[in-house]
Amino acid sequence: MSQFHELSIAVEKGKKNESRELTRALLDQGINPLVIVESGLVPGMAAVGEKFKNNEVFVPEMLIAARAMKECMILLEPLLAEAGIKPKYTAIIGTVAGDLHDIGKNLVSMMLKGANFGIVDLGTNVPPEKFVIAAREHQAQLVCLSALLTTTMPAMRTAVEVLRASDQGHLPILVGGAPISQEYCDEIGADGYSPDAASAVQAALKLVEK
Amino acid sequence: MKYKSLAISDPADLIFGAAPHPVDTRSGMRIGGGTVYPELNFTLPPIQIEESTIDAVYRNYEQIISGALRRAAELEVPGVVIEFETLPPMTEFPQWGQRIVEILLEGIRDEEARSGLKSVLRVTPNDNREFERPPLMRSGRYFDAMLELFHTSAASGAELLSIESVGGKELHDDALLNGDLPTSIFSLCILGARDMKFLWTRLDAIAKEHGVLSAGDTACGFGNTAMVLAEQRMIPRVFAAVVRAVTAVRSLVAYECGAVGPGKDCGYENPILKAITGFPMAMEGKTSACAHLSPMGNLAAACCDTWSNESVQNIKLLGGMAPTCYMEQLAYDCRLMNQASLEGPESALALQRWLVNSDAHLDPQAFVLTPYSSIEIAKAIVASDSHYHAGIAAARTAIDLMDKANRGGLLRIASNESHWLEHLRDTLDEMPDSEDEFISQQLAIADHSKFLPSEYGL
Repeated sequence: MSQFHELSIAVEKGKKNESRELTRALLDQGINPLVIVESGLVPGMAAVGEKFKNNEVFVPEMLIAARAMKECMILLEPLLAEAGIKPKYTAIIGTVAGDLHDIGKNLVSMMLKGANFGIVDLGTNVPPEKFVIAAREHQAQLVCLSALLTTTMPAMRTAVEVLRASDQGHLPILVGGAPISQEYCDEIGADGYSPDAASAVQAALKLVEK
Repeated sequence: MKYKSLAISDPADLIFGAAPHPVDTRSGMRIGGGTVYPELNFTLPPIQIEESTIDAVYRNYEQIISGALRRAAELEVPGVVIEFETLPPMTEFPQWGQRIVEILLEGIRDEEARSGLKSVLRVTPNDNREFERPPLMRSGRYFDAMLELFHTSAASGAELLSIESVGGKELHDDALLNGDLPTSIFSLCILGARDMKFLWTRLDAIAKEHGVLSAGDTACGFGNTAMVLAEQRMIPRVFAAVVRAVTAVRSLVAYECGAVGPGKDCGYENPILKAITGFPMAMEGKTSACAHLSPMGNLAAACCDTWSNESVQNIKLLGGMAPTCYMEQLAYDCRLMNQASLEGPESALALQRWLVNSDAHLDPQAFVLTPYSSIEIAKAIVASDSHYHAGIAAARTAIDLMDKANRGGLLRIASNESHWLEHLRDTLDEMPDSEDEFISQQLAIADHSKFLPSEYGL
């Protein structure tokens, strides 16, 4: 078994200490930190994500794996930053104005992080202008909007309108939340809809790799 | 802990329509006195609530109340509970919420004058305190506006006061996603119980000042969030079932502070509370699929005193506007339960058994709320000396009940969940007996950017 594969398995099983030591060993061999991320950590998270999609494991098990990956990133991030390497994609995410629900948004953030997206989480009750400012500041490739109330769906439309009218209008927008549908996504001019957190990574990648 | 014994100790007595301490309304309804009443709840279609749209918002409520009550009268229901659960701007600007209260009361009076229909209004102001993060739980504009709406609506004739309070929720969402039972117990039984005591002491005083009833709270943001996450296969159903048992400890505090029911509809933990307090309870199940899915659509009706639809948008369906259609569904469900009661105890017990047995073996969350399980969990709660110990006892009892039923072939637990029972039991074994020690442990690991311990007296 290659060391990358061993690292993937350790991350998938949520073994924090083992993941950290394997990462350290790879670094000691002079392996490029980005290669460690892409060949060791991301496949580990992808494997647990796949099990989650197939209803074999639950979010708590995914979070344990995410914590193992985080442990490795503590070693890798300074080296990546030093080399000027950033995650390939950065996404801005938030729940729209007037809405405080954040579980769905948090789950999507977790899934995207596992796929090596840089995530800027603006929290809940986010005014539309804040999405524009954050997208500009972080040079994002994607904006994700969440809403859980029928009465905050119009705020999602407003956020899309404000983004489109700004200098960030070219960015793809991914939407989701209990009352949201593909039809509503199309109606308000968003680019993608994800019915659940498990499908969000695929939907996000489809948008940013267009 | 106020309650030391059970009001209902026989599962056969934990039955629909009958509570040891029924509640009388001004219109002559006796809730828990032998009749199950429909309880209708509704919300707006997609519309932003602001000054420019508020007249359209009001028109929605005028349409809802006249259409739904007209249908209730046509179906000759013995009485109706109307629940107005506000949306956040209606609590933030209480004059808007109050105007809707008046619209609904006018609708109730008009239908009573026209057909003699008995109705009562439950008002449930949205708990906006979490709009500030970390939330101020005991002061501030959100808290003040919420209390103002309680006062004005009670003064104008809303007889049942309820809330879905949020104390402790700051930490609970993460506890659910992490499968973290100790933090769930900390959120519900330490933070939640303290906030409930603070809040319900005030709400009960408001109710008494205006001669109305403090009806009860719900751990909706805790137990139902767990239930929905479990339905989406995000968290194990056995974990959601254990969390449900613990939520009863938090919701009980409202009754310790003077609430008398009917408990709030989305409190699926209400059977446990009915067993402890003897007060009538609202429940929701299959008729609330318009709002969220659940694994206990029939079982939830087994001991209801009002039967609710949770919330439905005011949109047009083929049969009519959705609230009117749901009034009809609730009316027929209640008719069936009332007919069973009318035909005598054997018929009522047969229907109770069918409601329970059709759901209980298929899902752990349903199983822990059967009349038998509810009473076992209730016993564990009243035998405890503190809310903390009651939370642990409720969780342990739920685990033992599920484990035993699974081994005996009475409950189906999915193979990827069975190891969770042992894990949760081990976790409980590791929790300290001392509440102070537990609080210190939890404060040391809690994310203090999310909540203010001082707002809970810690």
